[in-house]
Amino acid sequence: MSEAIRNPAGPVELEARELSVLYGETRALKYVSLKIPDRQVVSFIGPSGCGKSTLLRCFNRMNDLIPGVKIEGEALFQGRNLYGTGVDAVDVRRRIGMVFQKPNPFPKSIYDNVVFGPKINGYKGDFSELVERSLRQAALWEEVKDRLEANALSLSGGQQQRLCIARALAVEPEVLLMDEPASALDPIATQKIEDLIYDLKQDYTVVIVTHSMQQAARVSDHTAFLYMGEVVEYGPTNELFTNPREERTEAYITGRFG
Amino acid sequence: MTEPVKDAVAVPAAPTPRTNGRPATQFVRPTFAGLQRPSNGSINADESNSAPHPAAQRDPSRFAPRVAQRRFIASAFAALCLVATLIGVVVLAALLIDIFRDGASRLSWSMITGFPSRFADRAGIGPALAGSAWVLALTALFAFPLGVGTAIWLEEYAPNNRWRRLIEMNIANLAGVPSIVYGILGLALFVRVMSLGRSLMAAALTLALLILPVIIIASQEAIKAVPRTIRLGAYALGATRWETIKHQILPVALPGIMTGTILALSRAIGEAAPVILVGALGFVAFIPTNPSDQYTVLPFQIFNWVSRPQTAFHEVAAAASIVLLALLLSMSAIAIWLRNKYTRRS
Ligand SMILES: Nc1ncnc2c1ncn2[C@@H]1O[C@H](COP(=O)(O)OP(=O)(O)OP(=O)(O)O)[C@@H](O)[C@H]1O
Ligand SMILES: [Mg+2]
Repeated sequence: MSEAIRNPAGPVELEARELSVLYGETRALKYVSLKIPDRQVVSFIGPSGCGKSTLLRCFNRMNDLIPGVKIEGEALFQGRNLYGTGVDAVDVRRRIGMVFQKPNPFPKSIYDNVVFGPKINGYKGDFSELVERSLRQAALWEEVKDRLEANALSLSGGQQQRLCIARALAVEPEVLLMDEPASALDPIATQKIEDLIYDLKQDYTVVIVTHSMQQAARVSDHTAFLYMGEVVEYGPTNELFTNPREERTEAYITGRFG
Repeated sequence: MTEPVKDAVAVPAAPTPRTNGRPATQFVRPTFAGLQRPSNGSINADESNSAPHPAAQRDPSRFAPRVAQRRFIASAFAALCLVATLIGVVVLAALLIDIFRDGASRLSWSMITGFPSRFADRAGIGPALAGSAWVLALTALFAFPLGVGTAIWLEEYAPNNRWRRLIEMNIANLAGVPSIVYGILGLALFVRVMSLGRSLMAAALTLALLILPVIIIASQEAIKAVPRTIRLGAYALGATRWETIKHQILPVALPGIMTGTILALSRAIGEAAPVILVGALGFVAFIPTNPSDQYTVLPFQIFNWVSRPQTAFHEVAAAASIVLLALLLSMSAIAIWLRNKYTRRS
């Protein structure tokens, strides 16, 4: 089992140690241990319900918002346990941003969507400069620069998702967690988001959940395959797809799950 | 799982050296020869191997469409609904026509601003109208923050346990308690215990209690209707609960909250029974100027005039009713306008 988990060398940004999540009585995540390297892209793949989102949410404490949830083990961010005493979830979530499966812009103007996070976090710089920078980072600026006051809901789905990414980037997080960010998008919008992830790698650690193995192969440096709440295999994306060490990984990536 | 898999997995081209330029077309699309279909999350190997589903045999004798009969039932139901609507409209129209026939001739500016009098032709509704306005404003002042605050607590803060459900059940029951009961409570609590006497304050507090459950329930519904994804989006940016409520939830819920509040308030200013109990006067010859003043309200003034024997007073009562109706209608109109304005936007 241990040779199927090949943690990357180099600085570690996020780490799970014997991490378990229980929804009521059911253990949705079972004693997961893995290391996510700094400024690289890691993807989580696996069949529906295997615990990818659950694991992802552990890293910015979004699981806290689910009633009846219980977390065991440790999730470390830069060596510090996110669930330790004295760690405030509000602070964690600013430093570890999240993009959801379905675009969820606030029903406000594009501008207000971007500045909400910086505002509550006491941003001291120039807001319009920040808006432009964030929207450019999310490759949305050219499309919306003339209608920043328009309601965000008037954007297309792909634009909305990029707005959500811009919104997340505006608070200058260190990590970006993305839960199937392109699952509701057409191929062109998906391509844009993938390009974006590639660019973000310069400054951010990105963790992405995806159902598309091609996408995982295209964007990520490391891939974890989860099955029934466990990390079955984790390693460099290339290796995992070309030379899986676990039979279950092999079966899953060849589409013949057994 | 008999096939050797290793060979089936094509080697994706090694990742192209990533240069610094924009990688518009840099991504290599890996092709997995063994990958017949994208993951559909199926964990059952048999699913893909099972025999194709047999084409369903068409057998008309299994259905009895009886379209004509169903169409008849459909139109009969539509007709029934139309009749129900018409009955309501006709009754309402009759009521309005009756009131207008009696009261329209007495409607005048001097009647609206004038003071009550022993003589019907000189009687006005000034103090009653002012009393109603005072009661409306004070009631809103008490009921709105209390109701919205309760709704926010119940929806956003309260743990979802037995106690919360008990509280919600009681609030729903309170919404159905007859208004006269609130009058009795107001008399005991505000007029006597808190010794507010026969003041506008006592009336407003009583009416605030009366409409509080309605405001709470309407606000809860409005808050509940705010999509959970919006909350999650705010939390994920590092917002606290209060910041999420203030900046994301309340702005979306506000039109619904306002609509519910306005409709509840229009119920409050139409009430006579509880106000009579807590001491509205039948004859007020002055305009109340502060919350501790004595007062009367329109519904009570109308009731007072209607119960007199002289028909001339019945005409003034009808005229006062028209004013009250106009007030209620404009409040409903504001509520509808608010709702339309904000639903169109999102
Ligand atoms: N809020 C919740 N309450 C109870 N059980 C939950 C909750 N969220 C997830 N689960 C359960 O935990 C398990 C893992 O769910 P999770 O959402 O992490 O799966 P996933 O891998 O993200 O699936 P998908 O690919 O469909 O998004 C599932 O069995 C699911 O039913
Ligand atoms: Mg998921």
